[in-house]
Amino acid sequence: MVTLKINDKEVSVNDGDTILDAAKKLNIFIPTLCYLKEINKVASCRMCLVEIKGLPKLMTSCSTEAKEGMEVYTETDKIKEARKNNLELLLSNHNKDCDNCLKNNQCKFQELLDKYDIKEKYKNTREKLNIDNSTTYLVRDSNKCILCGRCVDVCSKVQDISVIGRNGRGITTQIGCAFEYPMVDSPCIGCGQCTLVCPTGALTEKDDTKEVENAINNKDLHVIACTAPAVRAALGEEFDMPIGTNAKGKMVTSLRKLGFDKVFDVDFAADLTIMEEVNELIERIKENKNLPMFTSCSPGWIKYVEQYHPELIDNLSTCKSPQQMMGAILKTYYAKKENIDPSKIFVVMIMPCIAKKFERARDGANDIDVVLTTRETARMIKRQNIDFNSLEDSEYDLPLGIGASVVFGSSGGVMEAALRTLTETLTNKPLEKIEFNEVRGLDGIKEATYDVNGREINVAIVSGIKNAKKIIKKIKNKEVNYDFVEFMTCPGGCLNGGGQPYIDFDKYDVEEVKKLRMKCLMEEDKNLPIRKAHENPSIKELYKSFLDHPGSELAEKLLHTKYEKREKYKK
Amino acid sequence: MERIRITVGLGSCGIASGAKIVYEALKEKTQKLNVQIVKVGCIGICRYEPIVEIYKDGNRITYINVSEKDVEDIIEKTIKNNEIIESLSLKEENNNILNDPFLKRQTRIVLENCGKINPENIDEYGGYKALRKALKMDKDEIIHEVKESKLRGRGGAGFKTGDKWSLVKASAGDKKYVCCNADEGDPGAFMDRAILEGDPHSVIEAMIIAGYAVGASEGFIYVREEYPLAVERLKVAIKQAQSKKYLGKNILNSGFNFNLELRLGAGAFVCGEETALMASIEGKRGEPRLRPPYPAEKGVYNSPTLLNNVETFANIPIIILNGSAWFNSLGTDKSGGTKVFALGGKIKNTGLVEVPIGTELKEIIYDIGGGIANDKKFKAAQTGGPSGGCIPASLINVKMDYDNLKEIGTMMGSGGLIVTDEDTCMVDIAKFFLDFAVSESCGKCTPCRIGTKRVYEILDKITKGKGTIEDLENLDNLSKHIQATSFCGLGQTATNPVLSTMRYFKEEYISHIVEKKCPAKVCKDLLKYKINKELCKACGLCAKNCPVNAIIKTDDKYEIDESKCIKCGACFNNCHFKAIEKE
Amino acid sequence: MNKEIDEIIKNSESLIEMLQKIQKIDGYLYFERLFYLSEKLDMSLEDIYSTATFYNGFSFNMKGKYQINICLGTVCYVKGSKELSEEISKILNIKDGECTKDGKFSLDTTRCLGCCSMAPVMKINDDIYGFVKKEQVKEILAKYN
Repeated sequence: MVTLKINDKEVSVNDGDTILDAAKKLNIFIPTLCYLKEINKVASCRMCLVEIKGLPKLMTSCSTEAKEGMEVYTETDKIKEARKNNLELLLSNHNKDCDNCLKNNQCKFQELLDKYDIKEKYKNTREKLNIDNSTTYLVRDSNKCILCGRCVDVCSKVQDISVIGRNGRGITTQIGCAFEYPMVDSPCIGCGQCTLVCPTGALTEKDDTKEVENAINNKDLHVIACTAPAVRAALGEEFDMPIGTNAKGKMVTSLRKLGFDKVFDVDFAADLTIMEEVNELIERIKENKNLPMFTSCSPGWIKYVEQYHPELIDNLSTCKSPQQMMGAILKTYYAKKENIDPSKIFVVMIMPCIAKKFERARDGANDIDVVLTTRETARMIKRQNIDFNSLEDSEYDLPLGIGASVVFGSSGGVMEAALRTLTETLTNKPLEKIEFNEVRGLDGIKEATYDVNGREINVAIVSGIKNAKKIIKKIKNKEVNYDFVEFMTCPGGCLNGGGQPYIDFDKYDVEEVKKLRMKCLMEEDKNLPIRKAHENPSIKELYKSFLDHPGSELAEKLLHTKYEKREKYKK
Repeated sequence: MERIRITVGLGSCGIASGAKIVYEALKEKTQKLNVQIVKVGCIGICRYEPIVEIYKDGNRITYINVSEKDVEDIIEKTIKNNEIIESLSLKEENNNILNDPFLKRQTRIVLENCGKINPENIDEYGGYKALRKALKMDKDEIIHEVKESKLRGRGGAGFKTGDKWSLVKASAGDKKYVCCNADEGDPGAFMDRAILEGDPHSVIEAMIIAGYAVGASEGFIYVREEYPLAVERLKVAIKQAQSKKYLGKNILNSGFNFNLELRLGAGAFVCGEETALMASIEGKRGEPRLRPPYPAEKGVYNSPTLLNNVETFANIPIIILNGSAWFNSLGTDKSGGTKVFALGGKIKNTGLVEVPIGTELKEIIYDIGGGIANDKKFKAAQTGGPSGGCIPASLINVKMDYDNLKEIGTMMGSGGLIVTDEDTCMVDIAKFFLDFAVSESCGKCTPCRIGTKRVYEILDKITKGKGTIEDLENLDNLSKHIQATSFCGLGQTATNPVLSTMRYFKEEYISHIVEKKCPAKVCKDLLKYKINKELCKACGLCAKNCPVNAIIKTDDKYEIDESKCIKCGACFNNCHFKAIEKE
Repeated sequence: MNKEIDEIIKNSESLIEMLQKIQKIDGYLYFERLFYLSEKLDMSLEDIYSTATFYNGFSFNMKGKYQINICLGTVCYVKGSKELSEEISKILNIKDGECTKDGKFSLDTTRCLGCCSMAPVMKINDDIYGFVKKEQVKEILAKYN
C-alpha cells in the first residue's frame, strides 16, 4: 500500500495503482477521454493531467503510478487551463452537431465541453470526411472522432480481430479499415463493442427508430415488440435506475405506451431454440458427427466463423437464433392462430445487440422488420416523454410471452438452459438441482464435464472473440475434446452486448456492470415458475398444434438455417 | 616505387556531383599504372565535390570540382609527371585540402576518417584497436571511462552517455540490446550520414564495445532507408567485421558474443524519439509509448536497451583508446569532446564542421564558414532543427554547448546549423518548421496532433497579412501549451521555432500584422512588385515571362497591373537590369 | 506471384522489412499482396495497413518507371525546391503523389535527402541532381526516355 495526498486529502491505494485510481477512491473527478481500464492506457488525450508537487511537468494521472508521500493537485489554474486548451483543440477538429447527434446528452466529450465552458475558438479546417453508413448496423463518422483510440483497442485487445485501426499519421490520422474499405465489405463482425466505448458520436448503432415510429403510426399494421432477455437487465440504466435493476415490467408497459400492439418475450424463442438445439446435439452425439457442436445464437460469432474459420461451419448448430425463430413463428404460427395476414405483421426485435440488425436479413427472410437496440428503445421512450420510472409493471402478452430461458442473456445461459433440457430428455428424470453453477460467471472461458445418463458430456462456454480464437485453436489442434461449446461474441454475453446502454466509465468499470446485470438475470431465473424450456406450456402447445416435434420437417424449414463461407474483404 | 593512392570522395553529395563517373574513369585509365584508386566518404566540404586527392611521395594533393574530362590531365600531368594542375587545385592552401580554412580550424575526431579512408575496406580502418583494448578492460572500467569523458548524447537532448550505459548495465535481464539511432531526420543535418558513409566501422566498433560493457548480445542499427549508400556501406562493414571475428561468437577469443542487424527506417521523423524508434525496430507504427518503464529497463522487445545515436557512438573508440582525460580536455566542464555541425543556409562555406563543444558561434560562422553569402548581414542561426530555435545576431558570441543553447531558447539537437540573412523572414521560417511538425507529428496526443496544425494556421494567417495582435497572444499561449502537455519530446519541442523567433524577432511578427509588411520581402502576399522606370530598358522580357499577363506596356515603359499580379516573381527573376523591385 | 512473398517472410525480421521488400517488387503496396501477407502471418490486414500508412516510405499509389523525388528539406525549401516541384507538375501534368498516365514518371516530395549543400536537390530513381534550376527541369526529364 502507498499513501498519498490528493487535493490535501489523504488516501491509501495498492502498489501499482495510478493517481487516477486513487482519485476515484476519494471521489475526486478527473476527466478522461482515452483511458479505459485494463484496455486502453495510452495517455494520449491529455485530459487527465494533474500537478504533482516537486515535478515541473504536468503528469497524466491515468498512467502515473501513485507513490508514497506524493502530493497531487487536480484542479489548479494551470491544470484547468491545460484541459481547456486541449478541449478547444479537440473541438476544433470535431464536427459539433449535437442537436442532430445520436449521442446528444450521452456524450462524454459534450459533457466536458459543457463542464469547462468551451466555445469554438479555432475554425475547423478539416476537410469533410465520408461518413461510413455502409452497414445495416453501424455508423462511423470520422468527423466526430477525437482519436482517443478506445475503439481500436477494443477491436484488437478485447475482440482480437483488429478490423479498424489508426490509418495514416498526425493530423490526417483516421480510424478506418484496411485500404479504407467500407465497413460493410470488411471483416467487421458487428459486435458493436466499439460503440460502447466511443466518447463521442463517431461510432454509433444505425438508428432505426424512425422506421418503427412510422410502422406504429400505420394503422394497417399489427406491430409487435419482442424483447431479448438481456434488455430488461439494462434498460433501466437509461433512466437512471441503479445498475442491475430488472426493468421488465416497466419495459413492457412503456412499449405498450409507445403503441406496440403486442409485446412478447424472446425468452419464449430461447426455449424453442433449446428444444431444437438439444435435439440436434443428441443426434450429433449419437452419430458422432460434427462435434463439438457450436451454439449459433450470437450473430457476430456466426459471421466470425464464416469469415475466419469457414472450415468449422459444419460444427455450428443449424438452429436459427431466438430472434430469427421468433420472427419465423410470428409470421406463420402466430399469424395463422390470430388470423392476421403475415404481410401486415410488423415485427420489431428489441435486442442488446447491433449485430442482430445484420442477422435480421441473413436468411433472406423478411420475418423481422426492424431490430432496435436497448439504446434506441430508450431513445423512443424518451422522445415520447414517457416517465419510465413511474410506470406500473405489466406482463407480456400471451401466448408468446412466457419463457423459461432468461439466463440466455448471460454468458453460460444457453449452455445452462440446454443442459437442463438435455439431461431431463436423456434421463427422463427431473433434475435434482437445476443450477449448473460451473457454467455460470463472467470468466471468458469456462469448462465443465457432466455425466448425463452414463455419457460424459464435455462442454465449454466462451465469450469474447479473443477467447473464441484461443479455443478454436485448441479445438483445431485437438488439445481439447468438447461435445458442445457456447460461443458469445461479447465478453460476458448479451448483457454486455454492443446495443446496451453506455456505461459511465468515470463511475463504473465494465466488470462491475456486467456482474450487476448478470445478477439481475440470475435473480429472475431463480424466481421463474418455469425454468426448463421443455416445460414451457406455450412451447408444448406450439409443437403439439404446429411443429409436431423438434427436428420435424416444418421445424427444419422454419427454425434452421445454413451458413456460408464469406470473404473477409469483399471486392 | 611506392604505390600512389588516389581517393575519390564518394559520399552521396560527391556522387550527386558526378564523382562516380570520375571514379570509374580514373579506375579504367590507371589500370596499367601502379596506382590504387580508393573510394572514400565525404570530407564535409560539399561545394568542392567531386574531390580527388592524390597521395604521392608523402604529399597530399587535392583537386576540387573534378569532372570526367579532367581525368586524362590528372593522370598525365600529376600522376606521371608530378605537375600540379592549377585549375583544379586549391592554390592558397598549398594544394592540400587540410589547409583550407574550413577544415584547418576544425578539430576532427569523429570525422577524422571521413574522406580519408576507404569505408569499404576494414583494413584501412585499422584493427579495431579500441575493441581489443576494451575487451581486456573491466566492464565497469569502460563505463567509468565513458562517464569521465563527459560525453553527452549527440542526438538531441544531450543525456549523459555514461549514465545511460550504467543504467542498462544495472538492469536485470538475460537479453539486452544495443541500438544505434541512425534515423537522422532533422532537415539540414547530415553528419550521421557522413559518418556512416565515410567511417562505418567506428560506429560498429563502438556498438560492440557498448554491448560488452552493458551485457548485450545483440544490436540494431536503425538507419533511414533514404540513405541507400549508408545502408550499403554498413552492410559491407558488418560483413567484414564478421569475417574478422569482431562480430559473432566468441569475439577475439574473449568469450563475448555480439551480433548486429540493420533495421531500415521507413520515413517518420518521430522515430528519432527513443520509444518510437524501438516500436519501429519491432516493425510497428512508430508511436512513442509511455515511460516508465524506460528503455534502459524495458526497451526493444521488452528487454533492457541502450540507445545512442551515430555521432555519440563514433566518439567511443577514441575515448577508449586515448582515455577520458584526453577527451574531456576538449569541450567544456560539463560536456567533453567535439560536436559536428551541418553548416548550411546563407553561408559562404557550407558543409560539416567539427569543433570542440563550447566553440563560439561567431567562430563557426565567420572563421570557418567564411561569413554570410553575398556579404549580406547575418540575421540569425537556426539550431536544433525543427525542435530548436534561433540564435539572433546579438548572441553571436554564444558558446555552443548544451546548456547555453537551452538557456537562450534553442537546443543543440543533432547539430543542424542553418544560417539566415537579412533576406530571410523569421515568421516564414517558423511556419516552415511548423509545417514540418504537423506532417511529422505521429498524431497520438491531442496537443501535438491538433495544436501544431492550429499554430501553423495562425502563422499562415500572419504571413498572409491577415493576422491580428490577438493572434500573437494566442500563438504564444498555444505554443506553450503544446510544449507543456505533449506526450513526447517531439511535441514538447515542436513549437520551439515559434517561441524562439517570437522571442527575438517579435517586431518582425508585428510588421506582418500591423503594417502588413514582410521586412525580409519573403511573404508573397505582402509583397508588391514594381518596375523602376529609370532602370527599365523596355526590353519586354518581364511581360513575356509573366504567366498572367499582368505586365503591360504604357508609353515607352512597362507597368505591373497589381490586380492581376500573382506575385510569382517571374519578372523579378528574369529582368537583366534589376529594374523590378520588391516592396 | 506470392512465392516471392513467401520468400520475403522467410528472410525478414520485421513487418516493416517485409513491406519494404514487397514495395521493392511493385513500387507500391496494394491489397492483394498485403492480404496474402496478412493471411500468411496470421495478422489482421488492418494492423499491417495501419503500420504501413504511418510511414512516408510506403506508397499506395502506382509509381512510375522513373520516380521523381523533390527534396523539401529546410535548405532545399529555402533555395526554392517547391518551385521545382511545381514546374514538374506543370510539365508532366501530375500532382504530388501521382503517376503519369503512361506510367513513366511519378512525382513525390520527400524529406531531407541529406544533400543540403547542393540544394535544391531532386532525385530520379537513384540519380541525384543538385543545384537544380527551374529552367533545367525539362532538360533533366528529357534524359529519361
